[in-house]
Amino acid sequence: MSAAFRISGAGRLSQAKTASFSFDDKSYSGIEGDTLASALLANGVHLVGRSFKYHRPRGFLSAGAEEPNALVQVVRDDARKTPNVRATVQELYDGLTANSQNRWPSLAFDVGAVNDIASPLFSAGFYYKTFMWPKWAWKDLYEPKIRAAAGLGVSPEKPDPDHYASRYTHCEVLVLGGGAAGIAAALAAAETGVRVILADEQAEFGGSLRFESGAKIDGQDGYAWAQGAIARLKAMDNVRVLSRTTAFGYYAQNFVGLVERVSDHLRSPGRELARERLWQIRANRVVIATGAIERHMVFANNDRPGVMLASAARTYLNHYGVAVGRNVGVYTANDSAYAAAIDLKKAGVNVAAIVDLRDNPSGPVIDEARALGIEINFGRAVVSAGGKLRVSSMTVQPKNGGGERTIPVDAILMSAGWTPSVHLFSQSRGKVAFNDETRRFVPGTYAQDCVSVGACNGTDGLDATIDEAYAAGAKAAKEAGGKVGKGAKPKVDAGESWSRGMLGAGPGAGPGTTVKAFVDFQNDVTAKDIRQAVHEGMHSIEHVKRFTTNGMATDQGKTSNMHGLAIAAEELGKPIPQVGLTTFRAPYTPVTFGSIVGHARGALFDPTRRTATHGWAASQGAVFEDVGHWKRAWYFPKAGEDMHKAVDRECVTVRKVGGLFDASTLGKIEVVGPDAAKFMELLYTNPWEKLEAGRCRYGIMLREDGFIYDDGVVGRLAPDRFHVTTTTGGAPRVMNHMEDYLQTEFPHLNVWLTSITEQWAVIAVQGPKSRDIIAPLVEGIDMSDEGMPHMSVREGRICGVPTRLFRMSFTGERGFEVNVPADYGEAVWEALWAEGQKHGATAYGTEAMHVLRAEKGYIIVGQDTDGTVTPNDAGLDWAVGKKKTDFVGIRGLTRSDLVAKGRKQLVGLKTKDPKVVLEEGAQIVADPKQPIPMKMIGHVTSSYWSENCGRSIALALVAGGRNRMGETLYVPMPNGTIEVEVIGMVFVDEKGERLNG
Amino acid sequence: MLLIRCPYCEEERPELEFRNAGEAHIARSTNIAGESDDDFEKFFFIRANPKGVIYERWRHIHGCARFFNAVRDTVTDKFIMTYKAGEPKPAKLPGAAK
Repeated sequence: MSAAFRISGAGRLSQAKTASFSFDDKSYSGIEGDTLASALLANGVHLVGRSFKYHRPRGFLSAGAEEPNALVQVVRDDARKTPNVRATVQELYDGLTANSQNRWPSLAFDVGAVNDIASPLFSAGFYYKTFMWPKWAWKDLYEPKIRAAAGLGVSPEKPDPDHYASRYTHCEVLVLGGGAAGIAAALAAAETGVRVILADEQAEFGGSLRFESGAKIDGQDGYAWAQGAIARLKAMDNVRVLSRTTAFGYYAQNFVGLVERVSDHLRSPGRELARERLWQIRANRVVIATGAIERHMVFANNDRPGVMLASAARTYLNHYGVAVGRNVGVYTANDSAYAAAIDLKKAGVNVAAIVDLRDNPSGPVIDEARALGIEINFGRAVVSAGGKLRVSSMTVQPKNGGGERTIPVDAILMSAGWTPSVHLFSQSRGKVAFNDETRRFVPGTYAQDCVSVGACNGTDGLDATIDEAYAAGAKAAKEAGGKVGKGAKPKVDAGESWSRGMLGAGPGAGPGTTVKAFVDFQNDVTAKDIRQAVHEGMHSIEHVKRFTTNGMATDQGKTSNMHGLAIAAEELGKPIPQVGLTTFRAPYTPVTFGSIVGHARGALFDPTRRTATHGWAASQGAVFEDVGHWKRAWYFPKAGEDMHKAVDRECVTVRKVGGLFDASTLGKIEVVGPDAAKFMELLYTNPWEKLEAGRCRYGIMLREDGFIYDDGVVGRLAPDRFHVTTTTGGAPRVMNHMEDYLQTEFPHLNVWLTSITEQWAVIAVQGPKSRDIIAPLVEGIDMSDEGMPHMSVREGRICGVPTRLFRMSFTGERGFEVNVPADYGEAVWEALWAEGQKHGATAYGTEAMHVLRAEKGYIIVGQDTDGTVTPNDAGLDWAVGKKKTDFVGIRGLTRSDLVAKGRKQLVGLKTKDPKVVLEEGAQIVADPKQPIPMKMIGHVTSSYWSENCGRSIALALVAGGRNRMGETLYVPMPNGTIEVEVIGMVFVDEKGERLNG
Repeated sequence: MLLIRCPYCEEERPELEFRNAGEAHIARSTNIAGESDDDFEKFFFIRANPKGVIYERWRHIHGCARFFNAVRDTVTDKFIMTYKAGEPKPAKLPGAAK
C-alpha cells in the first residue's frame, strides 16, 4: 500500500521498489531513492525532533544539507549509532532504523520542554551571566548538568568497526557542485581534454533542477538533461564524477578536501566497502558552483513542524512524489514560493492562501497562480503559526498592522529569498562583497585560482547561469593547459529566475516584540535574542554570534546568518556591510572523525619499529614497552615472576655474572670527512681533536642556550671517522641539529653525516663475565685489558661477520657493546646468548638497564634533564672542554642565570626508610611544616628499588643540591611526608673499580 | 596543504615533505664566545614575527634533506619565493603584494 502522502504520478522514484524502515520503533514503508525525510513525510510524519535549548517540537525545514531541525540518530548496531544525522540527507535503505533525539520520555511528550515555558530565563547570554558564581560551581555543578541536559544524540558504546578510505589526486579543473552550473562548467572543461573532477553532495546530480519544474535545456526537462550530461561525462576518460561527495574544506593553493559517503545508503555495505572516502584534491583551477540556499521567514512560531522552505516542499513533490500537506499556506517575500504553490496545486494539494509581504508584485508566476484560483494576499504577513506538534493554522495581518485573520493549514511554505552559498569561496580566503541592490553577499576579491558561477555567484536565471558556467569551465581548462573544446553550449529553452526577497524579522517579530520568531533553529536563537545582544553591547557581528550562538550550530547558520546580520544591523542603525559577515570555516557540513583518520588507527596509527632480536625476545616471554616508535624488551619474566622479581633478578645477575641487552635503538650517526674532528669539536662540549683512533669518549651536546640536548658515547674509528651514538628518542633531532649546523653555519667544513641507526644492531654484554662470553666468538681483536681498555673501539669479526666492538659500560661493570650489521643481529645475539648461558648470564630489559645505570648515577637525557639543565647542573662539568673557544652552547653557558647560585643540581636521594620507593616527579621541600602552597625546591627525576643495594635509590634535581650533602629534605605525598637524605649520585662502586673487574 | 618549491630539487613538493626551521638570516657570530649579552639576546631570543613578509628557513627533510630559505607572507601563507641557504636576502621580491 502506498503511503498516504505519496502522490501517484508525481516524482521520479519507482513506486515498485519499497523499503521498510522504523522511526522511534514504529515501522513505516518508503521507496528506494527516498531520503529518510521524504519517506517520513510520505507517511505524514512531520514531528521528528526536539530543539537543542527549549526542546520545542521540530520538523523538516529543508530538503538538503542545510537542515537545522531534522537531526536523528541512525542505528545499525551497538557500534554504529550515528547521532545528528540530517534526515534530509540520509538516504533510505530497507531496514533503516532511526530514532529522535533530545527528548524524554517521548518525542510527543518531552519533559525538557519546560525550558520553553521558562524561556525568559534562557535568553541570549544566559549561560555567561548565570553560571558565573560561585567560581567552583562551574566545573563541579553547572557544566555537568548543562551537558547532561543539552546533549544531542548518544554515542555508540563500541569502537567504530567501519573502515574509511583516503585518496589523493590531482586534476586540471575541479568543479564543486553538480547543478546546472556545475554540469555546464564540467562539460566545457571536459571537452578540452584536461582532467576534470565533478563532485556533488547529493546522490543524484541536478541541484535545483530536482525541483525546478519549469527548466528546459536542449529540448529536455532540466533534470533529465542533467542525467544525460552526467552520463556523457562519466563516459569520458578524462573525467571523474563523484556523487554523494561533499567538498567540506577549501585550503591553500587549490587544495580541496571532500568526503564521499560510500556506503551509508546501503542496507548491508559489506566489509569490502569503506564507509566514507576522504578525497584530497589539488586542482589547477577550481570552479565553484555551489548554488544558493533559500531563507525562511522570521515570524512567531515559525519552527512548528510543517513550516518549511518552499523549495523543500517543491523538492519533496517533484522529486520524491510526496505532498507535505493537504492544505498548505504560503508565506513569501519573493516569487519562488509561487512556483511551489503552483506545483502543489497542480498535484491536487489545496493551497489555502499565498501571503506575500510585497505590495504589488507582478510577473508570470503570480499570474499563473492567480489563474489556478489560488488566493493571493499582497502586503500582508503571517504573524504567527498555530498548533504545537504540527502547524494547524497561520495568522495573517496587513504588514503595517490591522485586523488578524486565522487560516487553517497543515503546512506553511515560506521563502524570504535566496542566499548565495559563498562558503567555499570564503574558505579559499576570497573576500565577499555586499550587493546593495540585491542585498546579498557575493564573491568579491579572489585569493586563489578559482571562479564562482551560477547562483553562488549571484547570477540569476538559468540562461545566464549556463552561459557563465560554460564560459568559466572553458576558460579554466584553457588556463590549465587545455585545448579548445569542440562541444556545444547547452541551450536553455526555459528556466526559472528570481532574486530579491527580504532579510531580517517580518512584521509581528520586529523590535519590541517578545515572540519566538526563530532566526537560528538549531541553536534556538530568536530575533529578540539578537536584538538583546545588541542592547547589551555586542556591536560586532562576531560578538553577536558568540553571545547568542547564532550560526554556531553544526549547520553553521546556512539559513540563519543573513537574517541575524540584518536584525543586528537594523538594531545598530548601520548598513549590513558595516556590521560585517562572520567568516566561513571548514567543514561546510559535519565530517566524521573516521574519514579524517582513515586507516591511521589501531596498529596503523603510527609506525612500529622492532629490533633484530624482537622475535627472540618475544619467544622468551619478554614484556615490551613503547619507546618512541620502538618496541623494546622491558623485562624478561620467568615463570612465577612479577615485574619486580624479574627486574631484581636481572639486576643482580648482571652484577654477579653478566647480562645481554639489546641496545639497537640508540641513535647512531657516522660523522666522516677530513673535517670530522673539527665538526665534532663544534657540536659537542668535549675536546675531540686529540682523541686517538680506537678510543671512545662520552660526549655532551648542548643547544645554543647552554642546556643539555643529548648525550652518548662516541668512538673514533679513524682520524676522519666518528661513530656517534645518541639517545633513542633523540636520534632524529640530533641528526637534524647536526645537519642544520653543517649546512647553514659551518658549510665550509668537509664532513658527511649518515644515519646508521638501522644499519647496526647493538648487543650490550655487561658484567664481570662479559669478556668471557664474547671472546670465543671474536676474531681479529685483542680483547685483553691492555689491547682493549675501557672506552675503546675495535673493528673485527664476530661469528664471522663484521663488528664494531665497543668496550664501554652503562652499568658500571666491565662491558662491551657489539655492533653487527642488523641482518646478523639475531644470529649473533643467539650465539652470544648460548655463550652467556654457560656462565649463567641473563637477558635484561630496559627496566633493569635503568636501575643499573641509576645505581651508578649515570643520567638519562630527557629523564634526569628536562631542557633546562646545564652540564654543571648535572655534575658533568668535566665533559666541557675548558680550553675550547667555540662549540654550540659555549656562549649560552655564560648567561647570568646559568652561572647564578642556587641552580637546581642533580643529587642522589636516600629515603630514611629504605623500603620506601619515591615517586618520580614528586616535589621536594625543605620544611614540611610550612603553610600551603609550599616552596618547592626540586623534584625526583629517577627512582627505583635497587636489589643490589638492598634499598631504594633516587636521583633528584634540587636547588643548590651539591651544597646540601647530608641534609634532610622532605617529599610531601598524599599519604604522608617522606623524609630523604641528600647524598652523592653513585650508589654502587663509587671508585669505578668494577669497570675492570 | 601548501606546495613548496625546493630550490635544490627545483620543483614544488607538498608541505608534508618539509619542516619549518624558524627565521632566516640570523647569522651565528664567528666569535660567539665573546659576544655581549645584548648581542646574544638578539641572536638567540629575538625574532621579528612579522605580520606580512617573513624570511624563514625550511628543510626538505623528507626529500633532499637540504635547508633552504623562503619568503612567505604570514597573512596569506603564500610563498613568494625560495632560495638556497647561504644566498643573500633577495633585494627584490617577485610578485609580492606592495
